[in-house]
Amino acid sequence: MKNRAKFLAYPYLVWMAIFIVIPLFLVLFYSLTKGNIHDPSSLSFSLESYARVFEVNYLKVIWKSFKLAFISTLFCFVLGYPVALIISTVKAKYKSILLMFFLVPIWMNFLLRTYAWMSILSPNGFINRLLSFLGLPTLSIMPGQTAVVLGMIYNFLPFMVLPIYTVLSKIDRSVIEAAMDLGANKIRTFFNVIFPLTVPGIISGITMVFMPAVSTFVISRLLGGNKELLIGNLIEQQFTVQRDWHFGSALSIILMIMILISMAVMSKFESDNDNGGAPTW
Amino acid sequence: MKRICILLLSCLLIVTSLIVLPGCKQDRVVLNIYNWGEYIDPDLLVKFEKETGIKVNQDFFETNEHMLAKLEGGGSYYDLIFPSDYVIEEMIKKDMLHKIDLNNIPNFKYVGDRFKNLNYDPDNEYSVPYFWGTLGILYNTEMVDEEVDSWDILWDEKYAGQILMLDSMRDTIGVALKKLGYSVNTTDPDKLEEAKNLLIQQMPLVNGYYVDETKDMMINGDAAIALNWSGTAMDIYWEGADYIKFVVPKEGANLWFDCMVIPKTSKNKAEAEMFINFMLEPENAYQNSLYVGYVSPVTEVFERIMQENPEVADMDAYNPSEEVLDICEVFIDLGDSRPLFNEVWTQIKVR
Repeated sequence: MKNRAKFLAYPYLVWMAIFIVIPLFLVLFYSLTKGNIHDPSSLSFSLESYARVFEVNYLKVIWKSFKLAFISTLFCFVLGYPVALIISTVKAKYKSILLMFFLVPIWMNFLLRTYAWMSILSPNGFINRLLSFLGLPTLSIMPGQTAVVLGMIYNFLPFMVLPIYTVLSKIDRSVIEAAMDLGANKIRTFFNVIFPLTVPGIISGITMVFMPAVSTFVISRLLGGNKELLIGNLIEQQFTVQRDWHFGSALSIILMIMILISMAVMSKFESDNDNGGAPTW
Repeated sequence: MKRICILLLSCLLIVTSLIVLPGCKQDRVVLNIYNWGEYIDPDLLVKFEKETGIKVNQDFFETNEHMLAKLEGGGSYYDLIFPSDYVIEEMIKKDMLHKIDLNNIPNFKYVGDRFKNLNYDPDNEYSVPYFWGTLGILYNTEMVDEEVDSWDILWDEKYAGQILMLDSMRDTIGVALKKLGYSVNTTDPDKLEEAKNLLIQQMPLVNGYYVDETKDMMINGDAAIALNWSGTAMDIYWEGADYIKFVVPKEGANLWFDCMVIPKTSKNKAEAEMFINFMLEPENAYQNSLYVGYVSPVTEVFERIMQENPEVADMDAYNPSEEVLDICEVFIDLGDSRPLFNEVWTQIKVR
């Protein structure tokens, strides 16, 4: 049985080698060299690209990317957790309708939805027309960091809600009833029983929001007017405009390392929680 | 042993599928063109397909630099590209273009003489002109009531948050250089440093750096002033938004020519030449010029549109006067100074 399963994995292993492992090594290779990429003989080992990443201007861009991604993840969590909780507690027939509200927008193209935000937030857009119709002062957040964060929250919120909802709906009702029977009120039950049980869902939600948010370049480009450059834009620029594969690769490697570190910290947090935080039976 | 067999088989499976799958295509010749967004009338593509039986596939780029990066990255398969002057110069130097056989393009005779044998392609061996125009300022007359005649307005604090710049390196840096009174082709590091500081100083006033989004934002009144190309102004004019005006500032600007070229990657050179010939056919060029808005180098078309719409003869966007053309410069390839421009551009963008 075990052997049969193994042999089914071979096509995927080859696939992975060709399309994931080799490209990753290529990125690493370009990041550690300098010279003309079209002339292999001119390539030589160099750490120049990495040195460049640590120039103040680029560090600022990296800091801004992490800051905005962190803010969006936080908002997604604060907005998404109650929603997941509500969806998991309503009656079954409303549940599917509520879930649809979260799923239908994902069926639409991501770019299209972000363009829609452009016309909603623009100086003469929907929100401002409504505000001026009501005689209120108009907003000017587009383009800017606020608009970028709004775009991220809107686009990535479902990725926070769905994993938390999945974990919530799997919680054994009897566990909650037991807590109630033992005299815990609703708030106590939530913090001592439900919340600790949903930590795995929260972790995967945070991962699924934070990673695309920190590396996005489309949202910052459209809603940030190309003024709020994030690390994703910087990498994109190296490959599309500047034609500097070495620097672009070095930036990508640094971004990957930083995401790996954040994920490691997160999973450490999760395993700590398994040992101490969750109730032991 | 068994394991190695399976591994080899899986490899074979993937390799054969990679080889076989792209083979599943029609026998019909497909012409792959790589063009700017909204830069050709789709009806003409249909007409071409009907006339010749050649299917046309279109891909889009936003700036010359994007196009070149994709081409240099390798793996592209385009038969026809529409780059600007200075990029054609670079592509010729790098041996990226096929020579075009003008014998296959009889309609080249309709192209005005002033668009032939220009500096970027002195013997007209590699390129055939497609559209031309200038760089200037688009402004909304309902939001700007002063007379616009200088680049200074792009640095005017009155219009903070209502200014759109181009997310295009040569154009945006070029404007700063012109405002300082230098050539758009200067490679002097000190002058570029000055231009960089000027653009960084301007940044808080700028609403955003866009290319394809500019047109809609100007029509909607989301911005008052935009740096853009003359053809966009004509496009807006043909659409009836008469509150948008275009001017080439007195400090001078850029004069450009977008051409059709055949990259070395093309396997359908003869068909690409047929397409070039088709686009120069006066009736087609006329239809295209009205659809896209940009000005055709085909003399007959240029004059016909002016006869039918006498008012455009006085517009900088359609028919720039001799004085305007005299103060405009054509971009030339930066050669070894390209990294210097790149660095300046990145420094501006990361602010």
